[in-house]
Parts: sequence; structure tokens; C-alpha cells
Amino acid sequence: MSSNYEDRQRGYDNDDDQDRRGMGGRGGGRRMHRRRVCRFCIDKVDLIDFKDVRLLQNYLPERGKILPRRISGSCASHQRMLAEAIKRARNIALLPYTTD
Amino acid sequence: MEAKRQYEVVFIVDPTVDDEVARLTEGFKQIVIDQGGVVTKAETLGKRQLAYEILHQKEGTFVLLEIEGSGHEIAELERRMRVNDRVLRYLTVRVDEDRRRAEKLKARRTRKAAKRPQSQGGQSRRGGGLDFADNNSE
Repeated sequence: MSSNYEDRQRGYDNDDDQDRRGMGGRGGGRRMHRRRVCRFCIDKVDLIDFKDVRLLQNYLPERGKILPRRISGSCASHQRMLAEAIKRARNIALLPYTTD
Repeated sequence: MEAKRQYEVVFIVDPTVDDEVARLTEGFKQIVIDQGGVVTKAETLGKRQLAYEILHQKEGTFVLLEIEGSGHEIAELERRMRVNDRVLRYLTVRVDEDRRRAEKLKARRTRKAAKRPQSQGGQSRRGGGLDFADNNSE
């Protein structure tokens, strides 16, 4: 799985089109993202506030789990901040621990 | 001990005693002041649906306090909130370190931005790369 991801990223750097064709062949049902960039870096976010539920909810799919980096494309430092903020928000019932 | 620490305290009040929120907040502020802390901000964030039930409550009134002090007043404040059954939940976060770090990053960014127009060679080499590459390259 992780090696597959590596392939994919290298593919983006070289030739976008070719890579997409390759993915279509074997990666049935996988989520596809053309370019994975960190939203927070683009917006130049230095601090992620745990009270900002609207923002945090984007990174919490239906099940209530924290969206992994390989899907969201967040950079390591922002993902750490994000995870911390989500955990704090869960503690004071702004976000769910689980949903079922 | 050097600079004062900054804290954000969020607590949830039982909404069935809504009229008491202001009084309760006043009380907590007084505790902090008595302990030698400073309340820089006190804000009621309003009534909100809880993401999960706490003590069979589905709603709660959220209150935010920003406190500056040594940390002793936080200990006292938390002790009081723990025994108060109007307070469903509280969370204290120390924010001064993170804020200082954020400011440093921001300062660095503006410094970089000021420098950039002259050094065009460096930018073209990077060629519209990801933004965080800029931050790391220092």
C-alpha cells in the first residue's frame, strides 16, 4: 500500500497524464487526487485553533476518524497541529470521538 | 520563572441553568484574580449541541476565558470547576508557546517576502514548488 503511494507521488513529479492512466488500471475504487498540497501551507496557517469546528470538521470524515495525511495531503507539521486540535475539540465535546 | 504564561480555559455549563452562566463566570474570574492571575478575555461562546452526551446532557453553554499568570491560579480554578456540578467539562490549554512560535514563523515569512523580489534566481529554481518548501529551506 505504501509502496503504491510512493509510485503515485513519483509519477506526479514526472508525468501527470501517464500516471493517471496507470492508476485507472489497477487502483479500482481508490480516491484520486491530482495534486496533494497542504491546505494550511497555502493559507499560511501558523496556528490551528481547537475551537474552529468548521475547519476541523473537514478533516473528520463520517466515521469521526482523523483524516490521514496521505489523503488530505497536509504536511507533517500541520498534520500534527491538526491532530492535536481535533483531540482537544473532542475532549470538550465540540467534535465526536466516534459516530455510528 | 520568566514571562507569564497564557492559558485558554474553555468550560461547558449545564444549559438548564442558563441564567447562572454570567454569575458562574464572574465567580471564576474572581478566583483567578484572587490567586494573582489576570483575566484578559472572558467570552460566552453560546449554547451549542454537544458532540456526545455528557452527564445525559445533549447541549451546553460554552464559555472561554483567557488567563495570564503563573499556573497556580489554573490549579485552583480547575479544582473549583471539578467540584462544581454545573460545569459539565473544562479544558485548559497553554497557548503562549504556540503563539510565540506562530509569530516567529510569521515574522520569518514577511522577512522572506521582503527579500524575494531581488533574488529572482532562487525562486525560478524552485519553480512554483510547494509553499512549505520555503519555510524549510532556511
